[in-house]
Amino acid sequence: MEKKILQLLDRKALGRTIARITHEIIERNKGCEDLCLIGVRTRGVNLGNRIKAKIKEIEGIDLPLGILDITMYRDDLFKLKVPGVKKTDIPFDVNNRTIILIDDVMHTGRTARAAIDGIMDFGRPKKIQLAVLVDRGERELPIHPDYAGIRYTANPEEEVLVKLKEVDGKDEVVVVKAK
Amino acid sequence: MNWTKKDLLSIRELSKEEILLILDTAESFKDISRRDVKKVPTLRGKTVITLFYEPSTRTRTSFEIAAKRLSADTINISSSTSSYVKGETLKDTAKNLESMRPDVIVIRHSMPGAPHMLAKILDFSVVNGGDGAHEHPTQALLDLFTIREKKGKIDGLKVVIIGDIAHSRVARSNIFTLRNFNTEIVCAGPPTMIPPYLEDLGVKTEFDINRAIKNADVIMMLRIQKERGGVSFIPSIKEYSNLYCLKPEHVKKAKKDVIIMHPGPMNRGVEISDEVADGPYSVILDQVENGVAVRMAILYLLVGGEA
Repeated sequence: MEKKILQLLDRKALGRTIARITHEIIERNKGCEDLCLIGVRTRGVNLGNRIKAKIKEIEGIDLPLGILDITMYRDDLFKLKVPGVKKTDIPFDVNNRTIILIDDVMHTGRTARAAIDGIMDFGRPKKIQLAVLVDRGERELPIHPDYAGIRYTANPEEEVLVKLKEVDGKDEVVVVKAK
Repeated sequence: MNWTKKDLLSIRELSKEEILLILDTAESFKDISRRDVKKVPTLRGKTVITLFYEPSTRTRTSFEIAAKRLSADTINISSSTSSYVKGETLKDTAKNLESMRPDVIVIRHSMPGAPHMLAKILDFSVVNGGDGAHEHPTQALLDLFTIREKKGKIDGLKVVIIGDIAHSRVARSNIFTLRNFNTEIVCAGPPTMIPPYLEDLGVKTEFDINRAIKNADVIMMLRIQKERGGVSFIPSIKEYSNLYCLKPEHVKKAKKDVIIMHPGPMNRGVEISDEVADGPYSVILDQVENGVAVRMAILYLLVGGEA
């Protein structure tokens, strides 16, 4: 059982945060006609679905959502037990599009690096912007999110978990003691 | 389910879970071959050697393409252009290659057990690319992948394997994979090519191709293993093809959605007719495409993970 230290967002606050990220995405891109969404497995895909629904609600546009599994692009593949590989499914042409890359927690920046490399293998997007629900700091690479729901500077003994109804049964963001 | 084995030597040593892990992993790798950029950086900096003491087109190319699409470096050695012709033993060749620090060696050898012997003396991963009449595990895995892909399931299927069963490593490896599932396995061929141990493996045998094929979901055709003396077990190739060459009228007796498989190389007109090989039920070229994905999965599982 994980030891909860602190709740950063409850269900309502999480909903508001996603709404704000969505508004920022639309505002910064002056609309969203040209955008494509790509979620990083697992929870980035669920967040992607929520942002997609929100954009449809606000702008009336149904954006395509791709799914990216970054396992094949990891830089720590030989330090782990063989990680399971799941499917990547990007059902649109990324060339000359603006991609909104979506993940749940941003930490070292290594996942974002892997994800960017993964997308580049599908073509040459015009732009990639990064949206995360939580930026917990402690970067190891010079990569920063364009949209961050909340910022929380976690110490190394802490782990930030985004829980979503679709996967975890409830919506919240918590800080727990790292295993 | 985590992969823990150093080598892939035979189907018999794999659990059902391990077989399914390979198949599921291959699903993710199949898409890469259909992209514009057919490469991922997963095994960058790793080296794969193929060491083939028997001729091969598909298996060797398939392994090489699989490794390259994962960004590994590949080196191919065939016996005719190696020091084997100067009398070097397999063990010495392998130990010398080991000194160059590869990560995987794929070996094909006419001697059953050759890959197992190497696996014992080498620190890096060994993959069996076919050892005599013993096993050809990657072929059976790509066959199972193709069956699951085309049929959407494995359990409940009737699979008929026709040809030179006694000398076929493909037949043996396929029997060992299918035995993990609830399948009906039937082997058919001339009595001299049907080994006596099949019934112990739960496999039914038939000498009449028409009876064997009745209601089949999957038909796998095998060639006569001339290099293992297969021809001496039959009166003549002509008589064999009269009785066992798969023709359209046979296929009618199988299920309406039957799939026809062949591991290649085909001897057209001997075990399979042109009409069937190139016909609507044939998935022979799908097998080849899936072979790359399955071998990518195998290389990933063997080389990935902690050093």
